Amino acid sequence: MLLIHCPYCEEKRPELEFRHAGEAHVARPADIANISDAEFAHYFFYRDNPKGVAYERWRHIHGCGRFFNAARDTISDKFLTTYKAGEPKPELVEAANENKAEAQKGNSAK
Amino acid sequence: MADMQFSRELPLAGMMHGGPGVSISAAPEANRINLRAGDDALAGLSKGLGITLPKKPKTSASNGSRHALWIGPDEWLVIDEEGDPAADCAKVKAAHSAVDVSHRNTAILVSGPFAADVINAGCPQDLSLEIFPVGACSRTVFGKIEVVLYRTAEDAFRVECWRSFSDYAFEFLKDAARGA
Ligand SMILES: [Zn+2]
Repeated sequence: MLLIHCPYCEEKRPELEFRHAGEAHVARPADIANISDAEFAHYFFYRDNPKGVAYERWRHIHGCGRFFNAARDTISDKFLTTYKAGEPKPELVEAANENKAEAQKGNSAK
Repeated sequence: MADMQFSRELPLAGMMHGGPGVSISAAPEANRINLRAGDDALAGLSKGLGITLPKKPKTSASNGSRHALWIGPDEWLVIDEEGDPAADCAKVKAAHSAVDVSHRNTAILVSGPFAADVINAGCPQDLSLEIFPVGACSRTVFGKIEVVLYRTAEDAFRVECWRSFSDYAFEFLKDAARGA
């Protein structure tokens, strides 16, 4: 089972207490009534789906109840960091590279 | 019309299960509120309730029969087997929400040297004394339901669950206690 650090509970808690809540940092257009259908589709349906570092919303639904953001590597499934909702997106190139190096080490060991 | 008398019965009234390592029983009736409030209301609410609302995650505060459990950054569960916390909150002027959940919840008391092991049969949290000390509390999962766990002594827990799930919780605990 994954242990996920909740920034509000300030500790790692079992995955079963959490629920995934989609991509993070998707800003709602300010003048949503006036944007084109294509722009709306982009905001509403299109997601990055990256291979590597993904920024996601999670909710500690069976704990403190709070939504927060997480950066997770979609290759290793590892959580790189979690942070409170409203906080800026952390730059995680280094962390992701470290993660990749670790994964490669793991592969060559096999 | 004949005079009628009504009395309320707890969903788990009289239920009990015990072995040498663990005993499981229905907790007595209690008044409870689910309290939501911002930082600006905390001083007034703490004064009204006669208890300093804890601000640290997973901690609780007690005063006599009254216990305030931190649930989230702006959420507490207040339990009192004698007084009425809802009535005390009604006198507080600062904006807050206090919902009486006395009869939505019911509680099961689990105690004995194997209490933590029995709860861990359905709860994935680390219940060792270093991580979940006496007085610690948390909303979490137990089997397929959500509960609030509160450690009242080294070997005793209060398991708060919604009344419609209480049969499930009790039977799960009883099953987990086989051999304990
Ligand atoms: Zn949390």
